[in-house]
Amino acid sequence: MSALIETKKLTRVLPETVPVTLVKDITLAIDEREFVAVTGPSGSGKSSLLYLLGLLDRPTAGTLTIGGRDAEPMNERERARTRLSMLGFVFQFHFLLPEFTARENVEIPMRKLGRLARPRMRERAGELLSSLGLGEHLDKRPDQLSGGQRQRVAVARSLANDPPLILADEPTGSLDSKSSEQVFAILENLVRERGKTVVAVTHDLDMAARMDRRIHIVDGKIG
Amino acid sequence: MPLIFDIALTHIAGRGRQTLVAVIGVAVGVGFSIAMAALMQGGQDDFVRQLVDTMPHVDITDEQRTARRQPAGDAFATVAISGLRPRDDRRGIINQTAATSWLESWIPGRFAASLKTQGVIRFSSREVGAAIIGIEPEREPGVSPIVGNFVEGSFSALAAGGNNVLIGDTMASRLGAGFGDTITAVSAEGLTRNFKIAGLFHTGTTARDEGEAYVLLKSAQILSARPNAINEIRIKLDDPDRAPAVAQRAEAELGYKAVAWQEANESILEALVVRNVIMYTVVGAIMLVAGFGIYNIISTITHEKARDIAIMKSLGFPESDMRRLFLLEGVAIGAAGSVLGGLFGVSMTYALSLVRFEIAATGQEMTRLPIAWSLMHYVIASAFALGSAAVAGYLPARRAARLNPVEIIRGAS
Repeated sequence: MSALIETKKLTRVLPETVPVTLVKDITLAIDEREFVAVTGPSGSGKSSLLYLLGLLDRPTAGTLTIGGRDAEPMNERERARTRLSMLGFVFQFHFLLPEFTARENVEIPMRKLGRLARPRMRERAGELLSSLGLGEHLDKRPDQLSGGQRQRVAVARSLANDPPLILADEPTGSLDSKSSEQVFAILENLVRERGKTVVAVTHDLDMAARMDRRIHIVDGKIG
Repeated sequence: MPLIFDIALTHIAGRGRQTLVAVIGVAVGVGFSIAMAALMQGGQDDFVRQLVDTMPHVDITDEQRTARRQPAGDAFATVAISGLRPRDDRRGIINQTAATSWLESWIPGRFAASLKTQGVIRFSSREVGAAIIGIEPEREPGVSPIVGNFVEGSFSALAAGGNNVLIGDTMASRLGAGFGDTITAVSAEGLTRNFKIAGLFHTGTTARDEGEAYVLLKSAQILSARPNAINEIRIKLDDPDRAPAVAQRAEAELGYKAVAWQEANESILEALVVRNVIMYTVVGAIMLVAGFGIYNIISTITHEKARDIAIMKSLGFPESDMRRLFLLEGVAIGAAGSVLGGLFGVSMTYALSLVRFEIAATGQEMTRLPIAWSLMHYVIASAFALGSAAVAGYLPARRAARLNPVEIIRGAS
């Protein structure tokens, strides 16, 4: 079986007056149901790698295949479509839309994809949030939720369209230890119980140690 | 409701006051444009109506646009002989009975034949140059600009026969004559005849009030020594807009110059076109200013919402959705402004229609501002508003859609 996501000599250089190399010659393959930590000192390029894997950024050189499809020839619209159906993002900050309730935030990717009927979307958003322990907060807006709750809403949102791959950028970076533990447990559960692949950038080595696989990045290269 | 609509609505609803200011900006623009258009159009319609009312819609005179074809020209190559004229120069519309009965058969309106001759009106020692117009009292009221405008006496006094004359009040005062006085008319042919002033009219058109004297057709024919002649047929149509077609047909058939009022007032009508161009330019400028308001708020929203744009793009919204989102917000503001502006325009136009004032020069006429109610004004102003809103929304929307989500996410973390 082919890997869920595969890169060959992936390189990203910022075209500044003095070109800055963010990611250099990264070749890796991540299979389904893997729980992967991307670690490294700050500024090493681990987040940049995640953005490349998430089709948010385009590589300067190298190839990236996602779900067996080469990302290189995709146009902006196709990349957006792939993000919508195949990828879920969780960032360090929750990044929820502030005007919408928790449930609406989870519904938004579903509405964009438009695969389900509206009542079913609402139902599914409720189920996802409840399964993450937010059953009582469905109709609260982000500013009415705690940091940990928001982050769990963000996780629920990343699961909205049932993507095979969840990319997390310091998902516990701004949370206290109790909330961190909770969010980590949820991510782990996604891999173990729901069969997702989770790639999480983290600088927390204890957390990384508890994951299946660690990719250490130093100066943009696998170290 | 489609997702993009939902998001657009929350964005503009989220900044009530700012949105309200932008909406009011558009509304004021639309409202003033509508009121101004109503006023301009009203003034124009009023002006054209007066123009149309005071002059014949089609005026057939005994002139030709081009020299009459000479039979010799068909037979010989050289025909240009200048300075020749027939000894008996019989001017006027020849064969008038045939002409009038022909006109009678198809003209959608009324007409009257007359003989206009230049002369001098004398009273005591004063003289005023005048156009002495001989008319048929039974037909004239259908086309006459003076019938309803008598200060003293009336039009029917002419029909009563005798040597009566109707002159304008301005001419009377210049002559120092009054109602019932007897004036002397001297024609260009040198013939003299006395007339009694049987009516004084005031039409408001100075040239007419000062320079026209109406007598019976017979009297004018005697005065100008042209028995049975007429030299003008004035036509009033039921529909003034058909004047050019009627004039064309009459001219083709009768061979005399027939001038429609549109042709006679070409320069005035052209000036009105220029006026309209100016008006729409001003409307455009107002909308441009309103557009800046919209541009401002959409720009602000896109700046404030940079993070949301990044989120939505990372979730899988393509750039086109982001463009559509902010374009929609601009258009929504434009649409709300148009509706509000329409109401504003209606009330302002109504208020203007209530304004009454006196014309200072004469001091006797209470006039209302001429107002035109036209749906077209609302359509045009709204279209302008929506158009400028779309442009004002699109520019920041396009820039926002191009935002690189990575930069924003990186900046936030």
